[in-house]
Amino acid sequence: KIESLKVTVDFLKVPLGLKKPPLKEALAAVPGPGRPKPFGVERHKPRCSDTMDNESQYSGYSYKSGHSRSSRKHRDRRDRHRSKSRDGSRGDKSVTIQAPGEPLLDNESTRGDERDDNWGETTTVVTGTSEHSISHDDITRITKDMEDSAHLDCSRHLGVLLAGALALFAFLTPLAFMLLPQLLWREELEPCGTPCEGLFISVAFKLLILLLGSWALFFRRPKAFFPRVFVFRALLMVLIFLLVVSYWLFYGVRILDSRDRNYQGVVQYAVSLVDALLFVHYLAVVLLELRQLQPQFTLKAVRSTDGASRFYNVGHLSIQRAAVWILENYYHDFPVYNPALLNLPKSVLSKKMSGFKVYSLGEENTTNNSTGQSRAVIAAAARRRDNSHNEYYYEEAEHERRVRKRRARLVVAVEEAFTHIKRLQEEDQKNPREIMDPREAAQAIFASMARAMQKYLRTTKQQPYHTMESILQHLEFCITHDMTPKVRGGHGERYLTAGPTIQYHKDRWLAKQWTLVSEEPVTNGLKDGVVFVLKRQDFSLVVSTKKIPFFKLSEEFVDPKSHKFVMRLQSETSV
Amino acid sequence: SYFIFFSFQQRIEIHKLRQGDNLILGFSIGGGIDQDPTQNPFSEDKTDKGIYVTRVTEGGPAEVAGLQIGDKIMQVNGWDMTMVTHDQARKRLTKRNEEVVRLLVTRQSLQKAVQQSMMS
Repeated sequence: KIESLKVTVDFLKVPLGLKKPPLKEALAAVPGPGRPKPFGVERHKPRCSDTMDNESQYSGYSYKSGHSRSSRKHRDRRDRHRSKSRDGSRGDKSVTIQAPGEPLLDNESTRGDERDDNWGETTTVVTGTSEHSISHDDITRITKDMEDSAHLDCSRHLGVLLAGALALFAFLTPLAFMLLPQLLWREELEPCGTPCEGLFISVAFKLLILLLGSWALFFRRPKAFFPRVFVFRALLMVLIFLLVVSYWLFYGVRILDSRDRNYQGVVQYAVSLVDALLFVHYLAVVLLELRQLQPQFTLKAVRSTDGASRFYNVGHLSIQRAAVWILENYYHDFPVYNPALLNLPKSVLSKKMSGFKVYSLGEENTTNNSTGQSRAVIAAAARRRDNSHNEYYYEEAEHERRVRKRRARLVVAVEEAFTHIKRLQEEDQKNPREIMDPREAAQAIFASMARAMQKYLRTTKQQPYHTMESILQHLEFCITHDMTPKVRGGHGERYLTAGPTIQYHKDRWLAKQWTLVSEEPVTNGLKDGVVFVLKRQDFSLVVSTKKIPFFKLSEEFVDPKSHKFVMRLQSETSV
Repeated sequence: SYFIFFSFQQRIEIHKLRQGDNLILGFSIGGGIDQDPTQNPFSEDKTDKGIYVTRVTEGGPAEVAGLQIGDKIMQVNGWDMTMVTHDQARKRLTKRNEEVVRLLVTRQSLQKAVQQSMMS
């Protein structure tokens, strides 16, 4: 058991990544600020100091009746035990988070294309059309997904290529319409003066506008892989295709075959195609961009593990687009997922597990008695006086108190540390050896607040999220921009509350892969009552839709002169 | 036996007491059509704007005559008091030339039903 505890101690040390040498150098280089605490000692006994803190707090309490020594001793032993076991479990969890446990599917998304940078940060990969084929860690399923996603990637690339080819084709067609007569039967063409030139100019500019508009609308970095084809885009592509093909058909029959000599007519024909393409572009803008802007639905996203929820207003979107929208907002709205904060401490729950045994005397056929038995057990367990809520309440109060105490210490330490640093003014005469750049300054003051910070992070179970490197970087950032300690929040705002996921170091906490689980096909539009789930390995976001109600606004005119008041009388007269 | 909550009318005759230059009755009134009926703690219906007895001085003529707190005054010497202003009510009670006022009051009372009387 001691071995395992040692191992967990090592893992606990890794997230903070405390490195001795550079700090000592920094301390030596700068005229010592604040407390020269021996850092090495600190590192080897993190937990002992914790337990000592716990004990010092418990000594004043006796929430269980009995001031006797034996009970206090017993309580101390239990507390030490409890804190050790908690640290142990936390150690376990930090191990799993660091391990590269991402499934194989992630590798697919980082194929070595030159487009690699463009694929953005989130990926949704379909693993089946119904929810039955999802949610089990099955090797066969993973291999099947690999094949599927490989296939899908090909088709996605294919889709983009197809769209590009079609766009190019549509773009070049008017030019072709105008050039072909010139090339093929130039001599026979009627001369066409000013009108044609005007038309040429208008074609040129319209094509330019079309080009710019298409670039703005279509050639943006895709922010996500959608599991299914984007219906509107497919529709538009089909429309363009039909349009261009029909124009070519008529052109071929009426102009090429019969060698029409009216060049102005040909040019006007080309111009009409460009106009039609511009209108299709307008249609694309409306369908792809505008229709979704007006809010029609309220989406409620709830995280399954801790119940954090948010509401979002969206317009008409398909389920897959709504899912991507939710994910974009998830990263800056939801506090970061912290598995350590999930469960009730084991000591509180352990008591519930002792059960009743039910013996049936006599009867042999107990088939229909089994449910009766289990119900009896549950009812009996519920009726039994259960004090675990009491434990939980005191545990919570204790934790709160501890957190506040540590936060106070942290704030004071940070404030104090910042008083040692001052921005160099031009007129100050300073020895060049004493001048530091932000990084060194950060390192210099880090030492004096490191201990308080470390203890605080451990209490709030945030220590996996902040490595020493990230803390130093943030310090450097604050010092460079002259932020007061309050902004840092006492590292405040960044450390005192669990921030949204996006502010933490990208590689570790930004998930690249989510699974969309839905009962309806994901290209269906949102409707009232649609529920879909966005899954990660250890938690999921349940999203439910509600239609924004139709508001009947009626008008009531209030004449400003109608505001009149009287005193409320309640006299009492004695007679 | 059971409780019945009902109201009954009572006639009360108060002889005014002379105190210096004034004739006093020994109680206070509240209510009136110009007052706020929702503030009345004695009325059952909070839109009732009648005149209610809000206080009865101990040992005063009203108490002696049997007036109780919470009574609603319906008539004073034949004058109706259900639709009067507070001041009008006061005036009707404190006429200088009257020594005796005869009130018709309504009182709500919680009484045990008298089963025996019903059976007998």
